[in-house]
Amino acid sequence: MFGYVLRRLLGAIPTLFLVITASFFLMRVAPGGPFDQERALEAKVLENLNRVFHLDRPVWEQYLYYLGNLARGDLGPSFIYRDFSVQQLLANGLPVSIQLGGLALVVALLAGSVLGTIAALRQNSWIDYSVTAVATFGITVPNFVVAPLLSLIFGVWLSMLPAGGWGGGSPQNMVLPVITLALPQVAIVARLIRGSMIEALRSDHVRTARAYGLPTRMIVGVHALRAACLPAVSYLGPAAAALLTGSVVVETIFGLPGIGRYFVQGALNRDYTLVMGTVIIIAVFVVVFNLIVDLLYAALDPRVRYD
Amino acid sequence: MEKMAETIFDIRDIRVTFDTPDGAVEAVRGVDMHVKAGETVAVVGESGSGKSQIMMAAMGLLASNGRAEGSVTYRGQELVGLPREKLNRVRGAKITMIFQEPMTSLDPLYTIERQISEPLRVHGGLSASAARRRALELLKLVHIPEPERRLRSYPHELSGGQRQRVMIAMALANGPDLLIADEPTTALDVTIQAEILGLLAELQHKLGMAILFITHDLTIVEAFADRVYVMQHGKVVEEGATEQIFSRPTKDYTKMLLAAEPEGHKPPVPKSAPILLDADKVSVTFFARGGLFSPGFALKAVQDVTLSLRAGQTVGIVGESGSGKSTLGRALLQLLPSEGRVVYQGVPIQGFDRAAMRPYRRNLQMVFQDPYGSLSPRMTVGEIITEGLLVHEPGLSAGQRVEQAMEALKEVGLDPAMRNRFPHEFSGGQRQRIAIARAVVLKPTVIVLDEPTSALDRSVQKQIITLLRRIQRSHNLSFIFISHDLAVVKALADYTIVMKSGRVVEEGLTDEVFERPRSDYTRDLMEAAFNLRQVLSRQAEARA
Repeated sequence: MFGYVLRRLLGAIPTLFLVITASFFLMRVAPGGPFDQERALEAKVLENLNRVFHLDRPVWEQYLYYLGNLARGDLGPSFIYRDFSVQQLLANGLPVSIQLGGLALVVALLAGSVLGTIAALRQNSWIDYSVTAVATFGITVPNFVVAPLLSLIFGVWLSMLPAGGWGGGSPQNMVLPVITLALPQVAIVARLIRGSMIEALRSDHVRTARAYGLPTRMIVGVHALRAACLPAVSYLGPAAAALLTGSVVVETIFGLPGIGRYFVQGALNRDYTLVMGTVIIIAVFVVVFNLIVDLLYAALDPRVRYD
Repeated sequence: MEKMAETIFDIRDIRVTFDTPDGAVEAVRGVDMHVKAGETVAVVGESGSGKSQIMMAAMGLLASNGRAEGSVTYRGQELVGLPREKLNRVRGAKITMIFQEPMTSLDPLYTIERQISEPLRVHGGLSASAARRRALELLKLVHIPEPERRLRSYPHELSGGQRQRVMIAMALANGPDLLIADEPTTALDVTIQAEILGLLAELQHKLGMAILFITHDLTIVEAFADRVYVMQHGKVVEEGATEQIFSRPTKDYTKMLLAAEPEGHKPPVPKSAPILLDADKVSVTFFARGGLFSPGFALKAVQDVTLSLRAGQTVGIVGESGSGKSTLGRALLQLLPSEGRVVYQGVPIQGFDRAAMRPYRRNLQMVFQDPYGSLSPRMTVGEIITEGLLVHEPGLSAGQRVEQAMEALKEVGLDPAMRNRFPHEFSGGQRQRIAIARAVVLKPTVIVLDEPTSALDRSVQKQIITLLRRIQRSHNLSFIFISHDLAVVKALADYTIVMKSGRVVEEGLTDEVFERPRSDYTRDLMEAAFNLRQVLSRQAEARA
């Protein structure tokens, strides 16, 4: 088990390396640079800046320099937030993003499982159809539409919740962003659970459980739900990725100090090191989550064992 | 059986209807049946006769689109329409079931202990530790080796026969009055089947419950049951004591079923017949690939098998599941990487890649077991049959191809006008005819038939056997006939190879192998397949 985790983490190094390399060069291919502003800087100033940040060197040299720093755990200075290193910025933003993403994931799993199970148990009833309709709605409407709408309705018209801002991480400020983030995931999880639950309820071993007179709560809660969870568990990896990248938009709209905001601003301003830092964080998250998913899967399904 | 025994299970005028998009379908159309205490009753019928659905209706297990009318009483208590809570007090306690699929009938996610314990705790109110002790007793009762360890096992760690023993243990947990066994041995090899049937007989002798046995296999009925109901199209066509049904059947359908055992005999080909396919020391090894940091391992599926197929000959390959017989068939046709030497009409084809094999493919055809999976559902029958001609005879015009397809359909006994239909419109037997037509249209010399009759009812099997025999004669074809069904091989093959664990354990002319088997393994196979009754009565004597 421990050996397996170690092997998986070692196996992730090449993946991360590829992600870093591809992002690094893609960033450099994009036109413009960190110090291009509407009013061009004086040539001498620009030259100095380029020298300080090693931008006067060939790209491959910058790449090796970056890798070297990275190996020492140094993500470099931010090009735009002059007084901060990328580590400092991420250390500020990451807790916010993790809280948002984590809460949204919990909401998505709980609400999705409950809705999906109810829909499956009442297959082809109006309850099932409304869950499916809401789920389709949740998947199709993008979060940059949902976020301003929620903000407008609950923040501006009803004045029930703050329309935006972090407010030092108070629960009220988190409600709308978490809902916006969770909504599409609730929909996907509900559909997954519904489908696999219907299949599980038709399976031979559930028929056996019925034939042996087990009460319905045991059949659904013990035998069908565990089997029905498996596809949803597999989806956790992509869901975690979606929640982190989804928070890019949501954090920007609600004005939250998470890493998503840095991602957008960094990309727009060609803040090379900041973007790289964010990419690495997200990639690490996806890798770790995929590992968690595989471990969880093995815990749920004895046919899958790692050693 | 005691004549005065009380009727415990009484089915009266049961009807089962399924609502489908094409309207209501009546699967069971008014059936009366009863089971007395301690009796063994068999319900026999071919697929679609409604025999399983009666029991599903009685136990409240019908699919959501099914409904049951009529009456099923257990010791006077009506079961049809009984609220679920009350029904749950009967099922799993007084009436228990075992099912056909030992692979899927147990929950793959829970241990054996948990699955045997659940009914004990729900019905008997046992504590966790008491249920555990009882589960262990039950595993010992059904003769599972290492019962303590097996309690902690998951279903996938058990063989098919062991899983069925676990199901039986579950069924016995609460001391039932009636055990309903729905094709419990159909998915098992014959020797395992004999063991499971012997176990059921032993337990019935010990515990005295009644058994209602649903099967399509008359051999089992004859060896096992006191009384028989014969079903067709949702109705009982004949009933009576087993002996009476087998010795003096009155209805045509029953007579047909009894006569549906494969028959016939193929004389050996002359020694002078040329050898078409010659295989020398063929081995197939499967490698389970390891991950980046984990080692792989190798599994020898076929080891050093040598065989030669002469013109007009049928070589039967028999063996239980996992014996490597299908793998050998594929290796001979170079559909799998293998070692050894395979020569087709003087050309060593061993190790040929797809392109190199292509000119030989039309001569070396294959028919598979599953008539549902091996025909593309999106092509018409005509397209399926002519597809090979596109590759092997590109010079033919579309009209000529259609003509040949019609010819081939006629040959396998299907209406040539059916060529514009899709596979799903055909029955299993008809689909297997289509698969044969697809092979025959290319005018091959060798056809490898991999369990072509195993998914079919006996009566349909018999028709396919007759068809195969006819086209073999008219085209002077050579067959390699792979099957676990000894009766079919006995009827079709003139030379038989018996395989076990990837190796040949016995081979020879079919008559010799079947009449005078030399190895113990072959003898056990023959006994379990042809003399089930003796096997079971020997077991009973040993008990007494």
